[in-house]
Amino acid sequence: MIAKLFLTLAAALLAALLFTPESFTEVFRPLTHNNAPPIYLQTSLLRLTLSHLALVGIAVTASTLVAVAGGVLVTRPAGREFLPLARTITSVGQTFPPVAVLALAVPAMGFGAGPTLVALFLYGLLPVFENTLTALSTLPPSVLEAARGMGLTRRQRLWQVELPLALPVILAGVRLTAVISLATATIGSTVAAKTLGEVIIAGLLSANPAFVVQGGLITGLLAILIYEAFQRLESWSAHRAGLIRPQ
Amino acid sequence: MIRLDHLSKLYSGRAVVEDVSLTVETGQIAALVGTSGSGKTTLLRMINRLVEPTKGRVWIGDTDAAKIEPHLLRRRIGYAIQGHGLFPHRTVGENIAIVPRLLGWREAEISARIDELMQLFDLDPAVYRDRLPHALSGGQQQRVGVARALAARPELLLMDEPFGALDPVIRAKAQDDLRAIQRQLGTTLVIVTHDMEEAIQLGDRIAVMDKGRLLQFAPPSEILTAPATPFVEALVGAAERPFRLLSLSTVDALREPGEAPGTPINPDTSLREALALCLWEGRAALPVSGGGIVTLAALQARAEGASR
Ligand SMILES: Nc1ncnc2c1ncn2[C@@H]1O[C@H](COP(=O)(O)OP(=O)(O)OP(=O)(O)O)[C@@H](O)[C@H]1O
Ligand SMILES: [Mg+2]
Repeated sequence: MIAKLFLTLAAALLAALLFTPESFTEVFRPLTHNNAPPIYLQTSLLRLTLSHLALVGIAVTASTLVAVAGGVLVTRPAGREFLPLARTITSVGQTFPPVAVLALAVPAMGFGAGPTLVALFLYGLLPVFENTLTALSTLPPSVLEAARGMGLTRRQRLWQVELPLALPVILAGVRLTAVISLATATIGSTVAAKTLGEVIIAGLLSANPAFVVQGGLITGLLAILIYEAFQRLESWSAHRAGLIRPQ
Repeated sequence: MIRLDHLSKLYSGRAVVEDVSLTVETGQIAALVGTSGSGKTTLLRMINRLVEPTKGRVWIGDTDAAKIEPHLLRRRIGYAIQGHGLFPHRTVGENIAIVPRLLGWREAEISARIDELMQLFDLDPAVYRDRLPHALSGGQQQRVGVARALAARPELLLMDEPFGALDPVIRAKAQDDLRAIQRQLGTTLVIVTHDMEEAIQLGDRIAVMDKGRLLQFAPPSEILTAPATPFVEALVGAAERPFRLLSLSTVDALREPGEAPGTPINPDTSLREALALCLWEGRAALPVSGGGIVTLAALQARAEGASR
């Protein structure tokens, strides 16, 4: 109940911030000095948010597709030998700082959304890959045995049994990736990608804490709402997979 | 008919199944018994090629199983495993429909088959057909597992301890149902069990395995009266042998002319129950409905046949 109220408030606050930022002028004024503008107006907050979400959405979709495909591949008999390699790639992708990826990618790709997409894509592989791996290698053996014993082909077993049963755990990985990427995307604005980072950076450059708080607040609210949406999706898919007894 | 021809399976040089040959005639039930680890499951899984034999052949009718694509072979053979293995994300009806769908049956035909099987196994389609397996009891899940194995009317049915998780009462009922259904459909059945009682109840023939070898393959009465080795004798359980032997036949078999007081018993009553009745009520003979009697002396003689 309290959680629901909290979420509704978060959604309402977010909507208000995006659609009527001016109404928060007095709220943010105490954070400013020397009559600096309390609300970021160079680009509309709504436009920045949409472009931020689009970047994250594209990157997360790409990491998910690649990581799930990789997880499937290395759990097949033919792909098993690639498991150590795939693990190495995804962990390096996660441990290599996104800022460094940006720095390396800019000379090759120029300023803009490209380097940010690459950084987010690499950063997001690991959670989805690891969860796919765990999900696919811990499926109930009796179900797999039955599937084989009834004459499902490999492909049929993958699409009709393994992936549907693995879905809730894979979605949990996508949730982690989405939330991490949402926060990480802000650094994309250091190389001129249109993200909410722009507001934060503007605040830093002009020593205006009001901007920093605005950018951070919107990103945080988005993260909360997306996290919650994924959790619902996960429990829905777990119910559908018959893995959880409905209460 | 199914024929295993000198089947062996080696795992890293160690024989888990060694040179097993046996034939199960069409419409017959072969019960596979033996201690844990004796190779029963491995033998069973070689029949539908979930395990490839190291040596030997499996003949299903006149077809060499090794010559058929494994997944096509498996669609022809019903398979019910221990712990049922129902797909948790599919409803009861969808689970039963799996093999018919793979075989390309028409939807109307599949739907009718689901209802027919569910009724056969005492599961009301109106109530259970659209439920997910987790919303069934353990006994119901196992019955769905068996129904699913029978769905495409396979000529051959393999079952690996299908009634393992059932309590004795439901288990007896499930065995009776299985036997009736198997007789009705004329399915050839190979069933693995830990339970000698179950093997005697169900098997037209019992195969006793130990350490990968087939020690004896014979009708239950022969296993009971003439165990091939001390191991078979021990497995049968010397003390319970007389009762097991009696449970194989009905009163009808020992009926003799005569008169005895009391309520007549049904000729389908097992000899075991008749003996219990004699001893319980302290009587020398029981009348049988439809004429004749069965005597305590005859029952004892039959029981002793076992412990010769
Ligand atoms: N894939 C495998 N690799 C190596 N050894 C195996 C393999 N599968 C089975 N075994 C061994 O083969 C032996 C027979 O196993 P199997 O499962 O056929 O026994 P079982 O008679 O069915 O036993 P239970 O009654 O306990 O089910 C066991 O010792 C087992 O450890
Ligand atoms: Mg076994």
